[in-house]
Amino acid sequence: MIAGLYIDGQSALHRAAAGAKILAMVALGTGVFLIPDWPVVAVVLATVLLLYPLSNFGPRIIWGQIKPILWLLVIFFALQLWLNDWQAGLLVVTRIAAIVMFASLVTLTTKTSDLLASLERAMQPLKPLGVNPERVSLAISMVLRFIPVIAQVAGEIRDAQRARGLDRSIVAMVVPLIIRTLKMADDVADAIDARSFD
Amino acid sequence: MIRLENVSVQFEQRRALADIDLTLNEKRIGIVGANGSGKSTFARLLNGLQIATSGRVLIDDLDAAKDGRKLRRHVGFVFQNPDNQIVYPVVEEDIAFGLKPLKLSKEEVSRRIDEVLARYDLTEFKSHPSHLLSGGQKQLLAISGVLVMAPRYIVFDEPTTLLDLRNRNRVQRAIAELDQTVITVSHDLDLIADYDRVLAFEAGRVALDGPPSEVLPKYREMMA
Repeated sequence: MIAGLYIDGQSALHRAAAGAKILAMVALGTGVFLIPDWPVVAVVLATVLLLYPLSNFGPRIIWGQIKPILWLLVIFFALQLWLNDWQAGLLVVTRIAAIVMFASLVTLTTKTSDLLASLERAMQPLKPLGVNPERVSLAISMVLRFIPVIAQVAGEIRDAQRARGLDRSIVAMVVPLIIRTLKMADDVADAIDARSFD
Repeated sequence: MIRLENVSVQFEQRRALADIDLTLNEKRIGIVGANGSGKSTFARLLNGLQIATSGRVLIDDLDAAKDGRKLRRHVGFVFQNPDNQIVYPVVEEDIAFGLKPLKLSKEEVSRRIDEVLARYDLTEFKSHPSHLLSGGQKQLLAISGVLVMAPRYIVFDEPTTLLDLRNRNRVQRAIAELDQTVITVSHDLDLIADYDRVLAFEAGRVALDGPPSEVLPKYREMMA
C-alpha cells in the first residue's frame, strides 16, 4: 500500500535530507538514460541494490519492490529482443530496474512528511504566481491517506450489494461509492477546518 | 466560560436551533437528543464550524463569528468517524498536522508528538500507516491530533458510536482523564452519566437541563 512504504530506521540513507534524495533520484533517472552500455547501467543497478542492505533492508523487501514490475521488465526485454538484440533488451531492463529500485529506496527511507516538506520548499518560488505550497502538499498527503480508505468503502459497498444479489451491477457499486466519497469529502473539509488549517 | 445569547440556526427550510440562551461553566457537559434535534449543530457552533444565523456564541473572550481561527485553536473538535478526521497517511504526521500553523521547532514538534503518543499507548505505532490502526486506536489518534494543539475545550461529537465495547471503554477513560473542559454529544447515556451537567435537545430547543441524575431518567421517558 502506498501509504505504508516508509520503514523506520537509523541508516545513513534514513538520516539523509529528503531534498538530497529527491535530487539524487532525478540525477540517477536522467543519468541512466545518458549511458549507452548495459554493463555500466548494470553496475549502477548493483550499486542501488547494495544500498538496500546498507539501509537494513533484506531480500524480502528487495523482492517486494521488484515483484510488481517483473512482468513489465519481461515484456520490455522480449520487445527489444524482437526489435533489436539481447544487449538492447538488457539496457532497457537495467535502466528501468535501477530507477524503480532507487525510487523505492527513497520512499522506504523517507517519511511522507519530509518528502512533502521538501516539495513545499521547492514550490516556494511559485507563491507569487498564486500557488499555495502548503495546500498542494496537503492535497498530495490526502491522496495518499484516502486511497486505502476509499478502497475500504468500495469493499463495504461491494459486500452490501453482493448480499442483495447486485454484484454484477456497476450502477449499484458506483453510485453509493460516489455519494459516500462526496459525503466523506465534506466531513474531511470540516475536520481540516476544525484543526485550524488555513 | 461558554455563553450563547439568543442563538438560532436556520438551514433553508428548517430551523436547527431556536433562541438558545445558555451559560456553561461546568467541566463536563453532556448533550443528548434524537437525530435532527439540533445537538450536533449546537456542538459545531462551539468550534466555529457552524455560524449562528442570529445571536452570539462566546467562548471565553472569543466571538465565534469574528474569531474563527483563534477559536479553533481554543476549542478542539473530535468527530464521530476518525477516518474522516485523520488527514495524513502516517500516525506521527497526522498529529504534527495541527501544529503546522504554530511554526514550532522540529524538536518541540517531536517532543509534543512523543508525549501524546505515550499518553495513549500509541508510541509503537508512531511510524505506522494510520489506516492500519484499529477503530479505537484511530479514535485515540484523532483525540491526540486535537490534544497536541493544547486547546482549552474539547467537543466530542458521538465519539464512541462506531466502536466496540472495549474500545468504547478505552475512549471513555481517555475522555475522563482530560484536563480540558469537555462537551460530549452522545446517544450513549452511560458515557455522560457522571458528567456535571446534561442538556437534552428536542426540535432545536433545550428541553431538559440539569445534572445527569435528573435529566437522564426524564430523557429516557421522553424517548420511550
